[in-house]
Amino acid sequence: MRSKVKSIINKLSGNKSCPVPSGSGEISGEGIVCCRPRIKPGSLALKSLVIISASLSFGMLVFLIGYILAKGIPHLRLSLFSPVYSSENVSMFPAIINTLVITLVSLVLSVPLGVFAAVFLVEYAGRGNRLVALIRLTSETLSGIPSIVYGLFGLLFFVAYLGWGFSILAGSATLAIMVLPLIMRTAEEALKSVPDGYREASFGLGAGKLRTVFKIVLPSAVPGILAGVILGVGRIAGETAALIYTAGTVAGIPSGSNFLMDSGRTLSVHMYILSGEGFNTNEAFATAVVLLLLVLFINTISSVIAKKAAKI
Amino acid sequence: MDENRKKPDKDGEAKRLASENIMKMVFMVAASASVVSVLLICIFLFINGFPAMYEIGIKDFLTGTLWAPGDVPASYGILPMIAGSLAVTTGAILLGVPVGLLTAVFMSHYCPRKFYGFLKPALELLAGIPSVVYGFFGLMVLVPFIRNIFGGNGYSILTASLLLGIMILPTIAGVSEAALKAVPEQYYEGALALGATHERAVFTSVLPAARSGILASVVLGTGRAVGETMAVIMIAGNQARMPVSILKGVRTMTANIVLEMGYAADLHRGALIATGVVLFIFILAINIIFNMLGRKAAE
Repeated sequence: MRSKVKSIINKLSGNKSCPVPSGSGEISGEGIVCCRPRIKPGSLALKSLVIISASLSFGMLVFLIGYILAKGIPHLRLSLFSPVYSSENVSMFPAIINTLVITLVSLVLSVPLGVFAAVFLVEYAGRGNRLVALIRLTSETLSGIPSIVYGLFGLLFFVAYLGWGFSILAGSATLAIMVLPLIMRTAEEALKSVPDGYREASFGLGAGKLRTVFKIVLPSAVPGILAGVILGVGRIAGETAALIYTAGTVAGIPSGSNFLMDSGRTLSVHMYILSGEGFNTNEAFATAVVLLLLVLFINTISSVIAKKAAKI
Repeated sequence: MDENRKKPDKDGEAKRLASENIMKMVFMVAASASVVSVLLICIFLFINGFPAMYEIGIKDFLTGTLWAPGDVPASYGILPMIAGSLAVTTGAILLGVPVGLLTAVFMSHYCPRKFYGFLKPALELLAGIPSVVYGFFGLMVLVPFIRNIFGGNGYSILTASLLLGIMILPTIAGVSEAALKAVPEQYYEGALALGATHERAVFTSVLPAARSGILASVVLGTGRAVGETMAVIMIAGNQARMPVSILKGVRTMTANIVLEMGYAADLHRGALIATGVVLFIFILAINIIFNMLGRKAAE
């Protein structure tokens, strides 16, 4: 990368696009005229490269979304949302329910942990605390681990070692660890952005640390925390690799009192399996539309809330 | 509260202190969750992966070019998968980084303000699209596209590189843009004052100043590409052999795990977990490089 940047620089400096006489003490009138911004071949080439790249990036996005929508929307039949999955009618309704359940359970596990961890980092831990450095390091490590490694860990620990089997609970626990660093980081930012004046005023009125945290700091940080949680929902909804070997791929809705211990596929897993089967391509397109709209919706909400949080 | 203030209630005060301390402990325990998670992940991967690696022989496992769990005797060499991961990742970097970096330059120095509020969320959306959707898009669009242009069956290193290049675009563009924006405005203004054009100022003075941040974005993108699973499985062909040509299929480490974990048993299963260990070590190394670069950028 560096060499590429350097080659660009060399190309530019080799262009002699700005021939100000370097040796002479005075700058001639012509030199000044020459250095006024005007179109130069090197600059023009770079500018067009920049514009082309940006158009490629955004064109790709528009094409991808447009293609999926155009191919998928005609196949969004009502029967795809019927409550029962069968091999004749590959309904995505059970998968939607499973996605909701897994999202909810993952959040129940990860949000309190993540928010409390952020409270510790921002409100309690002193500067230069060894534990803080370790927590930072590990949460950065966690956020870099690919989802298949989480899946493998979930299979070894929750499914096999704890004996939970392929189950909603095992999948949710795996995903909870996966989104933990995201929730921790956004909650930490949200807590940090609460002005110190709030805390000082609360202490001044005689409130203890705990009371200040729960009554003053956390409520003011709610929008920021929420924006992070919603981003986490987006990651959970889109996750596949971590779920195949933890929550399994059963296509029905788990029922009964112990439904958390049953296997169930989420929308993303459902789509992966449909596209692998080869003869349900249209249904896979329809599922992709639902998934895409879900992610679009989640992203929009999150950024709206984040914007509101920034205003406070 | 009023009561308390008039007559200092020793019991209440002690209770309050106790609950403060208990909650402090609760917060600390919650904060340790990430430490515990990383420890558990390491322990469970290693104790399940290393024995298999020893049984196969570390050298045979890492440098063996034949992956044939069904053969008698079975052969577990994961070099084809390591090479496969490296091949698609390199391809993704070659295709994704120039476009991503120039997009970052566009976002930070060219984009009109009225479009920015619309384009920035669009880039974030590109990052949020699930990998199965990308994979499906690759299967339906890129595979036939490569097949029609270059022949072959379309499931190839090139296809996977192309799709991964698109997938790491938002990462490269987002992190690089932040790095470019962090460069003090004076660098740009100084270059202009010396008579440079807008392009020259951006490319010769701002871009070099942001290089460690840009490098960090490349490293982060590499991590994404190495770890990507579902999209690659759907379009890379998944043949467990050494890469022969960019138009031929290949299997990555991630794909190896997902494809065979469902039915593997005994040593085969151990070998797959060991593949995960190797992948994990790759990612840890990438993370360490990223952190070092991040620290450099912060300085």
